[in-house]
Amino acid sequence: MMFIRYAAYRLLTMVLTLIVVSILIFIIINLPPGDYLSNQIAELRATGQAEGVAKAEFLRTEYALDRPLWEQYLIWVGVAPGPQGFSGLLQGDFGWSFEFDAPVADIVGDALWLTVLVNLAAVLFVYLVALPLGVLAAARSATWVDYTTAFVGYLGLATPNFLLALILFYYGHKYLGLPIGGLMAPEFEGEPMSLAKVQSVLVHLIVPTFVIGTSGAAAMMQRLRANMLDELSKPYVETGMAKGLAPAKLLTKYPLRMAFNPFVADIGNLLPAMVSGSVLVSVVLGLQTIGPALLTALKSQDQFLAAFVLMFVALLTLIGTMISDLLLVLLDPRIRYGAREG
Amino acid sequence: MAPLLEVKNLSIGFGSAPPVVAGVNFSVASGETLALVGESGSGKTLTCRSVLRILPKTAQLRQGSIIFGEGDARTDLLDLSSYSIRSIRGNRISMIFQEPMRSLSPLHRIGNQVCEVLTLHRNMSAAEAKQDVLATFERVGFADPERAFRAYPFEMSGGMRQRAMIAMAMVAKPDLLIADEPTTALDVTTQAQVLGLMKDLQRDTGMAMILVTHDLGVVANMADSVVVMNKGHVMESGPAPVVLGEPGHGYTQKLFAAAPMIPKDPKPSEPLPAEDLILELNNVCKTYTVRAGGWREKKKVHACVDVNLKLPRGKTLAVVGESGSGKTTCARIALGAEVPDDGSEVLFRPEQGADPVCINALSRSDKVAFQRQAQMVFQDPYSSLSPRMRVQEALTEPMEIHRIGNRISRRDKAAEMLRWVGLNPDMLMRYPHAFSGGQRQRLSIARALTLDPVLLVCDEPTSALDVSVQEQILSLLERIRDGMGLSYLFISHDLAVVARIADEVAVMRQGVVVEQAPPETLFYNPRHPYTKALIAAQPEPDVQRPIDLAEVSRGAGSPASWPDMFRFEGLEAPDLIQIEPGHKVRCHV
Repeated sequence: MMFIRYAAYRLLTMVLTLIVVSILIFIIINLPPGDYLSNQIAELRATGQAEGVAKAEFLRTEYALDRPLWEQYLIWVGVAPGPQGFSGLLQGDFGWSFEFDAPVADIVGDALWLTVLVNLAAVLFVYLVALPLGVLAAARSATWVDYTTAFVGYLGLATPNFLLALILFYYGHKYLGLPIGGLMAPEFEGEPMSLAKVQSVLVHLIVPTFVIGTSGAAAMMQRLRANMLDELSKPYVETGMAKGLAPAKLLTKYPLRMAFNPFVADIGNLLPAMVSGSVLVSVVLGLQTIGPALLTALKSQDQFLAAFVLMFVALLTLIGTMISDLLLVLLDPRIRYGAREG
Repeated sequence: MAPLLEVKNLSIGFGSAPPVVAGVNFSVASGETLALVGESGSGKTLTCRSVLRILPKTAQLRQGSIIFGEGDARTDLLDLSSYSIRSIRGNRISMIFQEPMRSLSPLHRIGNQVCEVLTLHRNMSAAEAKQDVLATFERVGFADPERAFRAYPFEMSGGMRQRAMIAMAMVAKPDLLIADEPTTALDVTTQAQVLGLMKDLQRDTGMAMILVTHDLGVVANMADSVVVMNKGHVMESGPAPVVLGEPGHGYTQKLFAAAPMIPKDPKPSEPLPAEDLILELNNVCKTYTVRAGGWREKKKVHACVDVNLKLPRGKTLAVVGESGSGKTTCARIALGAEVPDDGSEVLFRPEQGADPVCINALSRSDKVAFQRQAQMVFQDPYSSLSPRMRVQEALTEPMEIHRIGNRISRRDKAAEMLRWVGLNPDMLMRYPHAFSGGQRQRLSIARALTLDPVLLVCDEPTSALDVSVQEQILSLLERIRDGMGLSYLFISHDLAVVARIADEVAVMRQGVVVEQAPPETLFYNPRHPYTKALIAAQPEPDVQRPIDLAEVSRGAGSPASWPDMFRFEGLEAPDLIQIEPGHKVRCHV
């Protein structure tokens, strides 16, 4: 019961945060003077292309860019009528990309899911690698196990991602026959889902996952190790020893459970860091994620595309933090029953 | 009878340094309690942990043997493989630790943690184990064993957690129980009850017990034989009545002399004069609103309710209470560090005949002046001094803040204060880590004195210190008070400490003062059941004066459980009534 109440409360704060974030995003994108179309009109005038100017002027009224900012915002969200009536985010209309001259939904379409896929794979990689290595490094602290994992970890942290990507592509292709670039073989693009397509995507995922996940895994591993070392010196570990517990059982039942909290709390931070951090990698690896699209949109003030991508990242972040908050409540009775204390 | 456990010539050391436990011998038989007594650094904890081989990674067992068992089945615990020693831990020898707050995993239910012992050593199913555990819970005094089984440690008070620890140690019916300072972190009334419980359990099961403690009072109440340790060596050992009755070794005698005691035959004393009050707390209340998070309800906590205290100049007023009694809140309010509820009044007179200033309504500049005149000595000398500041910086900083003197006069003042607290002015350039606990407390007293205050608030200034050091600090505080004409508001949980230094004592319980009198009067004629319980619970280093558990349990419960005359519930406390000059008790007329 407590949990459902808490979940509802968290959901509510998440929606409120999302509204605030949307306002901020809209303001920030519109901070530089002018917009995509006014820039274009100025350029067309300078080169004397009158018919182009007429089209751009038409688009300006069509997408309400001639109205005050607050009105534009409300129309974009979909709570005020625009030139086409109520048609905004809430109605599922994400707007028009001027740069690509197509609806935003068409441009990001596949990329959205591929982004989620790549980043989920990377997060999974981070956790699967960091968990055992971090625990091992703490349990065998100040031995060769500890030093080796720390060395590999720092290598992962210090190597630039794009460099790692190029190296892995080269050797991966040379020795393992891994494909280079993209998230699927070209013949599957735009094709309906099939077993062969899934296979192709999975094979293509290997290198990107590794590249995007390495530094995150290294950082997470060091954090987990430090947490574990703190926990290992707590008196309840001695209590466990005095009970006669075997070392492995003792380690996993008590200190690991405690060290797990910050581990879980990181889920929320990991997602956005990876989405924005993987832009460069996506460009280098030629991944069809929304990272490159965001970069182009921001450069050319393609406001609806940029705003949508940023909203999407914000949503991912909020969902991530919500998941980690809910998990923490499930994992830690002190948070769950805190109110009963005292 | 052959002993159950025999420690022979045990030596433990770190690295290549000389051993920290050297040539220790003792033995303990079934049904017997052996007390290992010593101050911090005596090696008593390492010694008891070596029995179960739970030692820091870097510690080396250099020499000796620990023979455990009865009849033919005697083995040297130090020779066992790590697998075999695990089958003894928690099964035949179990252990209780000092801090019940931190010795249980906060994320696992109590029942789960206790059951583990049985599933581990007795191959029991979870259901069978639960039956046994519930029975043990009932035995250690949980009113509702089922509820305790489901509870998490943070839902319990310290005493209850220690009972859970005891249940965990007892559930497998071990032959030997090692208790490492089991009651040091507990309130004195809780300590009395937990000690009583341990004694009962021992009588029931006939197990042997090794009790590690620094408190001679606890020894006198529990032990059959005593081993006194100092700096890794055994100073004296023998039957408890002999060692405690006529200590032979100089070190033991010194320990005895230092142990604070409630006077044996107190005489009623004169009440304090009511004129020239330096500090006055009138009808002070403090309510905290606890917010636990957006989706939880707020709670109100009454830390102080209607507290009236008067401190005459040059005297010491002690506020005594257990954790949660509101004594520290009182001290913070008296210093202006905490704003009391509306209607409270705190008056301070910097000098005789001066107009009182109201501390909770000071202007900014008056507040600065007040902060010079009233200073605080903190409980923990380890965390109240910055490890990155030299002694000189720490001592001159208050003067810099208040812009007093120049560099040279400040340094001279710091040197003078060091002499006052019995330290050498040469030490000005050292860092705090170069000082022992007692020396650090001297430093923090010196720091409080650099501004020439007239009022010193001492918040448990001796409770983090060893007994012999505690004695020195108390003497120092007395000397400074009389030498500099200071007045003390002295916060403590320890009646015996207070008995020595205070001119008047206010006993607090759950935010209210229940009894107030000069210490001698209080000990001669305690009226309130809670005061009586506190006095009865105080372990005395005298085998002839055991703790009176019945008296403790009469007064240590909640106010609703007190005898009719004193009983109240919630905030409906009766008034504080003067029953003889200078002696007030909270009771119904």
